[in-house]
Amino acid sequence: MKLIEAAPITGRSPAAIAWSHLKSDRTAWVSSFFVFIFLFIGVIAPIFPRILHTTPDAFHPETLDADMGAMPIGSFGGISMQHWFGVEPRTGRDIFLRFVFGARTSLSIALIATVIATIIGVSIGLISGFFGGKVDQVLSRLMEIILAFPSILFALAITPVLESVLTRAGLPDGNGVRIPVMIFVISTFGWPYIARIVRGQVISLREREFIEAARALGASRWHLVFREILPNLWAPILVTVALNIPTFITTEAALTFLGAGVIEPTSDWGAMLLASVPFYRVDPMYTFIPGFALFILVLAFNLLGDSVRDALDPKSSR
Amino acid sequence: MLAYLVRRLIGGATVMVLVSIFVFGLFFVLPADPARLACGKSCTPELMAEIRHTLELDIPLPAQYFRFVKGIVSGRTYLAGSEAQLDCAAPCLGYSYQTDELVTNLLKDRAPATLSIAFGASILWLLIGLSSGIVSALRRATWIDKFSQGAALAGASLQIYFVGLVLQFFLVDKLGWLSSPGYVSPNDYPMEWAQGMILPWLTLGFLLSAIYARLTRAGMIEVMSEDYIRTARAKGLTSRSVNFKHVMRAAITPIITVFGLDLGQLLGGAVITEYVFNIPGLGKLATEAVSNVDLPVIVGTVLVAAVFIVMANIVVDLVYMILDPKVRLA
Repeated sequence: MKLIEAAPITGRSPAAIAWSHLKSDRTAWVSSFFVFIFLFIGVIAPIFPRILHTTPDAFHPETLDADMGAMPIGSFGGISMQHWFGVEPRTGRDIFLRFVFGARTSLSIALIATVIATIIGVSIGLISGFFGGKVDQVLSRLMEIILAFPSILFALAITPVLESVLTRAGLPDGNGVRIPVMIFVISTFGWPYIARIVRGQVISLREREFIEAARALGASRWHLVFREILPNLWAPILVTVALNIPTFITTEAALTFLGAGVIEPTSDWGAMLLASVPFYRVDPMYTFIPGFALFILVLAFNLLGDSVRDALDPKSSR
Repeated sequence: MLAYLVRRLIGGATVMVLVSIFVFGLFFVLPADPARLACGKSCTPELMAEIRHTLELDIPLPAQYFRFVKGIVSGRTYLAGSEAQLDCAAPCLGYSYQTDELVTNLLKDRAPATLSIAFGASILWLLIGLSSGIVSALRRATWIDKFSQGAALAGASLQIYFVGLVLQFFLVDKLGWLSSPGYVSPNDYPMEWAQGMILPWLTLGFLLSAIYARLTRAGMIEVMSEDYIRTARAKGLTSRSVNFKHVMRAAITPIITVFGLDLGQLLGGAVITEYVFNIPGLGKLATEAVSNVDLPVIVGTVLVAAVFIVMANIVVDLVYMILDPKVRLA
């Protein structure tokens, strides 16, 4: 008779433990599926015009009812086999195509801003926490000032100013300036949140024995910061980033909605919502599609962020 | 306590000075020519020169900034001594390029609408958020906990500019339960004021309560596992007394921080809410000023909003000190 063999005890790294937690988390699977879908349609957006034989910018006056103030013909904003999400009032542009290209714009701006804010936030947080003293005082004050700015209001206010400066510097008019300005504004207001968390973590790590040991071995400051401290910070950085992405997506949409973001003819979810406002009583589908998509995407990112945090936090109750 | 307050006020004032330099630099130095913006459509070179002189844009920048600050502190007189003398009492933020009104007056006109939104909504979101968080924490893992946490998660992922429109579509346009959002003075028309404010209050209250529900629940659950709570229960205190006197007191401190910052942010202008519901508050003033590139008004709204945020920070720290003995010692 053979006894049941016990699995051999193996050592697992914290990353492997977190990964196994995440793999057994159903919420994490579902939310990452939705995140993936949105990213995927954003990436493959250019193939849809070929399938549907039209472009996001093409006008389709034949789908509109000229007697009813150029509203879409048919129920639910003119949904049909040809126009899956209906058409835009007044112009007849295909909403499905504007939606997939809008996902592309909104997600690219948010993700680029996330990368920039993370790089700045992590570097400043590391420097501020590791060097302390005067450097820390100056950097902390800088963060305090940025956090004291009413961010949406300020972002709104600075857009026309930066736009005029950049246009004078020779950048192309319109979205060629608008999109870089948005990325700049979102990352400028985003990095202090990351920097504050990293700074706090660095301060508690700085005094630990392994740092002292590395220092005693003659390691350079560069080595201490990037080789000893930074690898210990990937968990809080990952969690902050995961929870920052949805905030950046909604900031992008809000700025565009308020008129300080992406402008016509480029598709963008915030711009679609803004354009739908005058028609929301007669054609609610037009408002509903980008608004609901934004909700699902942000919800998916929030759930995924929560799951990542739970997986990485040894204290979390599971 | 007093020494701490003074230190905090000095710190806050320093931040405000830096913010004002930053704002002044961004809005009066960076743009090609503020005089050109002030001059409007029918502009001639003579008129522009005159405006540049009137607005004192022809003096060196540090002097311009100095007069700008002096105007805020003790008032300012444009074209002093001449016939066209313009007096601008403290706090002077200049004149709007669009309407030639004093920025201070514009801000005063618009403030009541924003205050109405902020106070009504903040009471609502505190009530909803705290009560649903407390119930969740006390009835952990029951259906009521799951429901309220689900609602909180949804609320945290929804946007004012979407929910506002959806609610307006159903509650106002389709069902006719609420009247259209708008603002009238509460002194003259208290009923109409409340009716016009209900929709903004509900929208903001629901969306912002989400984070409070989550914070309250997490905070209470964490505190409930502390040893001193076990001790309090062991010595025979009623569970009501333990939950509300011991647990809540410790769990509420982080909530106060978030509340102070949210309220400070909102008092400076509920930008998106006012835009969606077309309510003439500070946020609407700012969006209008931005689309007209009306620099003095933009600067005024940004500065006022920053003052609210800085003040909220100080108040939060003081309340913290009163509530949390650990902070008092530090």
